[in-house]
Amino acid sequence: MAGSDLVLTGVTKRFGAFTAVDDLDLTVPQGSFFALLGPSGCGKTTTLRMVAGLEEPTAGSIRLGADDITTLRPYRRPVNTVFQSYALFPHLTIFENVAFGLRRTGAKKVKPQVEEMLELVELGQYGGRKPTQLSGGQQQRVALARALINRPQVLLLDEPLGALDLKLRRQMQIELKRIQTDVGITFVHVTHDQEEAMTMADTIAVMNSGVIEQMGSPAELYEHPSTTFVSNFLGQSNLVAATVVEKDEDHLLLDVEGSRLVAPLARAAALTGRVWVGVRPEKVFLAHTGSETDDGSNVLRGAVVTDVSFVGVSTQYLARLPWGQELMVFEQNTGARLSFRTGDQVDLHWMPAHTFLLDAAQDATAGVEREVAE
Amino acid sequence: MSVSAAHLGGGEQQQAAAVEPPQKRGVTGYILLLPGALWLTIFFLVPTITLVSTSLYDPAGSVETGYSMTWHWQNYVDGIRDYGVQFGRSLVYALLATVACILLGYPLAYAIAFKSGRWKNLMLVLVIAPFFTSFLVRTLSWQLLLGDNGFLVETLKTLQLLGPDGHLLATPFAVVTGLTYNFLPFMVLPLYASLEKIDPRLVEAGHDLYASPFTAFRKITLPLSMPGLVAGTLLTFIPAAGDYINAELLGTPTTRMIGNEIQDLFGAGAYPVAAALSVTLMAVIVAMVFLYVRRAGTEELV
Ligand SMILES: Nc1ncnc2c1ncn2[C@@H]1O[C@H](COP(=O)(O)OP(=O)(O)OP(=O)(O)O)[C@@H](O)[C@H]1O
Ligand SMILES: [Mg+2]
Repeated sequence: MAGSDLVLTGVTKRFGAFTAVDDLDLTVPQGSFFALLGPSGCGKTTTLRMVAGLEEPTAGSIRLGADDITTLRPYRRPVNTVFQSYALFPHLTIFENVAFGLRRTGAKKVKPQVEEMLELVELGQYGGRKPTQLSGGQQQRVALARALINRPQVLLLDEPLGALDLKLRRQMQIELKRIQTDVGITFVHVTHDQEEAMTMADTIAVMNSGVIEQMGSPAELYEHPSTTFVSNFLGQSNLVAATVVEKDEDHLLLDVEGSRLVAPLARAAALTGRVWVGVRPEKVFLAHTGSETDDGSNVLRGAVVTDVSFVGVSTQYLARLPWGQELMVFEQNTGARLSFRTGDQVDLHWMPAHTFLLDAAQDATAGVEREVAE
Repeated sequence: MSVSAAHLGGGEQQQAAAVEPPQKRGVTGYILLLPGALWLTIFFLVPTITLVSTSLYDPAGSVETGYSMTWHWQNYVDGIRDYGVQFGRSLVYALLATVACILLGYPLAYAIAFKSGRWKNLMLVLVIAPFFTSFLVRTLSWQLLLGDNGFLVETLKTLQLLGPDGHLLATPFAVVTGLTYNFLPFMVLPLYASLEKIDPRLVEAGHDLYASPFTAFRKITLPLSMPGLVAGTLLTFIPAAGDYINAELLGTPTTRMIGNEIQDLFGAGAYPVAAALSVTLMAVIVAMVFLYVRRAGTEELV
């Protein structure tokens, strides 16, 4: 098992004229928990299917350790999949579903292994049932058990927790993470839930329309988004149009409708001309207009609070800037902060270190989720 | 395949029964049942009773003098004694034809369901196409096909596959071939319906779990197509066992099936024995079907 990284090189998949996956380069280190995150239809399932061998790439190669598995038949790959649609065998009992892979490889002591696995996914009592007699969430756990029991080198999980309610999903996330750490199998976990990707994965690849926009650790992606899509898809961002006016050794000086802002060079994905200035909503503070702010803060003055929503741990404000753009501000409800009401005149300020710059050629609304349903 | 509450684990079933209030059924269900029940009573139940009672009439009677009910069970014994050979032959021919239908029909249904792409509808129409002409005409045309001067016999003789004085027509082969041909669509259609419902992603899941194409077929596709296979087998075997047209038109006196004998007996006015044979055939088929369905393990079918 040593050194069996999963490496995708220049992998492309076309369906007719439509390119579902475009020139994908990806390295998933052995034993890592890798999340493939992206909106619906961006090619996540297609990518997994190519790794599983259920779809042949139009171009490119897939390697597992030293072996080129690009065209290897799926049943010869040490790879198992938890399918998005579960694909449980309706004519077999839960027990036999889970035992399916072991029976094919002629494993010994199938019964205790299956029982242990069913216990692990909390379905010990259900071994004798047929899949249609289980709830969606239970079926999903069977699909997980059926793949996991084979201890593949790579486990592909296609939205394996999508059908679970929030509580069970959290529980299974922790469980999955624990299993992964215990058995040391490489997990490639597909999801469009950014929170799930961030809590579970060592590495996240953000995918959009068949290409990988950015790859890195959750903190890296969150703090240093390199595209507007990533900045909006992973958490939320305020993006304001600005022009670079000056540049010194580690800072850029910017102009936003007459206000001067500073951004660290290290967090700039664009260095000259028109740029997007980005800041996360929780990094921004509100103050009554005209009041003193810390020296060196980035300040945008003369905004009006247009919306206040109290969500328990925090209060979420919308503040309209003089030129009409609305920014989001999340204030923690620590009790130490002032609270504001709709119509209040406010200034927005934040630390330059929390400022990032993106290429103005990109769409500022790329990756914005429409009404997060949950 | 629908899984009804009846398949729940035994313990659970009792629990459910204890908890759930008895289901309330309106009269609507009965009203909907009425036309069908009426139809069955008139056209199935009444003839069956008539048939069974006829089988117990005194065989000394005739159409002119009438028959009297004497509970003459001997009719059954006589029937089996005189026509046991034809009886056995019918079952063997029907079995051979059914096996041939499976061997020919399964690959065909599989191809239509999974490999035909946009030709699917055309292929289905072609399977049904023979029904546009009558059963009789189609069987008669097999006489031409298998005839001694037909191209088939000539070709086989040229290829040395058939001896110089070999025949195809008027052989058991011709009868079984005719049966196979005539009942093939009844095998293909239910099989197709069953196969077509199978989610190809299940087969993919099988491949993902180390099943080779052959194993995936054996463990996934085949079991999931069982309802179609069972239905097709019944729809082929049952009418084939009672068929007399094929043996009549393509066979000889030595290939006569029980259907021919029953037909002749009825024609000759020997109603009681003919009826006794019919009832026996029915009973044997029902018993075989029952055993078969039990063995095939598709309780979901019924
Ligand atoms: N067999 C196919 N033929 C044609 N187009 C396909 C095929 N499979 C997928 N596609 C297209 O490729 C694109 C990517 O599909 P894919 O299933 O990989 O999306 P996804 O990222 O898994 O989305 P979701 O989150 O909704 O599951 C989609 O636009 C889809 O319509
Ligand atoms: Mg998908």
